[in-house]
Amino acid sequence: MAKQVCYEDVELGTEVTPLAKIATTRMLVQWAGASGDFNPLHYDEDFAKAMGVGAPIVHGALKRAWLGQLMTDWIGEDGRLKKLSCQYRGMDYPRKMKTMEEPRDGETWWCKGKVIKKYEEGGEHLVECEIWVENGKGDRTTPGSALVALPARKKK
Amino acid sequence: MANGSLITEELRKLIGVTLDTIVFKVEEGAIQRYGQAIGDPNPLYNDPDFARKTKYGRLIAPPGFTGWPVKVGRPTEKLFAFLVKAGAPPRILDGGIEFEFVEPIGAGDVLTATTKIAKVGERETRLGKTMFTTAEVTFVNQKGNVVLRSWATIIQF
Repeated sequence: MAKQVCYEDVELGTEVTPLAKIATTRMLVQWAGASGDFNPLHYDEDFAKAMGVGAPIVHGALKRAWLGQLMTDWIGEDGRLKKLSCQYRGMDYPRKMKTMEEPRDGETWWCKGKVIKKYEEGGEHLVECEIWVENGKGDRTTPGSALVALPARKKK
Repeated sequence: MANGSLITEELRKLIGVTLDTIVFKVEEGAIQRYGQAIGDPNPLYNDPDFARKTKYGRLIAPPGFTGWPVKVGRPTEKLFAFLVKAGAPPRILDGGIEFEFVEPIGAGDVLTATTKIAKVGERETRLGKTMFTTAEVTFVNQKGNVVLRSWATIIQF
């Protein structure tokens, strides 16, 4: 278990601990089932081509869920995620599978963030972060923001 | 279509109107499958015995868990069909979403989700003339408390 991050530990520009993810065709099937998004855009080559995106693309909502994990991992048990938003700006294409479990070589996605504001309001210690999912080329395909409440150290 | 606007009179009339209300139970298995699909090993989403000993007392839903159980009512598809019928362009993209997490959502909760159109706008994009609709969904639990609000952007062109 990582050490609990507190309000006093963060400054403007502090990095949210990055989270690596690898989207695979297998993961997209699992996500479709779990989320209930059965749009063929995410699994049917011909349909995706006809829609003009070239090949099946990663669900925007899956990338959003990764950003949720980025923040909840970082704020720990005593932090609270109050707001999360993101825009689906760029397409991402999953790696195909080499074996049942193992993906082929390809890109890795990084979920990242940094603190852009910290303030106290209504008795809460609030921290606002700019967050994003970055693809293997370094493009931010899913930019967004998050607002969290962090615990404060007890005053001595 | 005055001035070639995409926003028809019918669409304008939809703003602020409640379109759909669905009631659903948050199932333990649905939370677990959702957590696993994200690849998030957080025991609060995966391990009911662990979760029972925490302040939450039960599995809690990962942020943004409004997928599978809500989709049973297929409100998204209904909303798209509704907008297209009111004259909106037929090609649709998911533009993004904003969530406000008010209270934890846990296994066994019974949520009522109410959808309304909060805003309709349009501008020129690289897709051509493009319409942006904000659908606001409010989730209320069995105690009558608002637990979650979301604003989804639907792009039509």
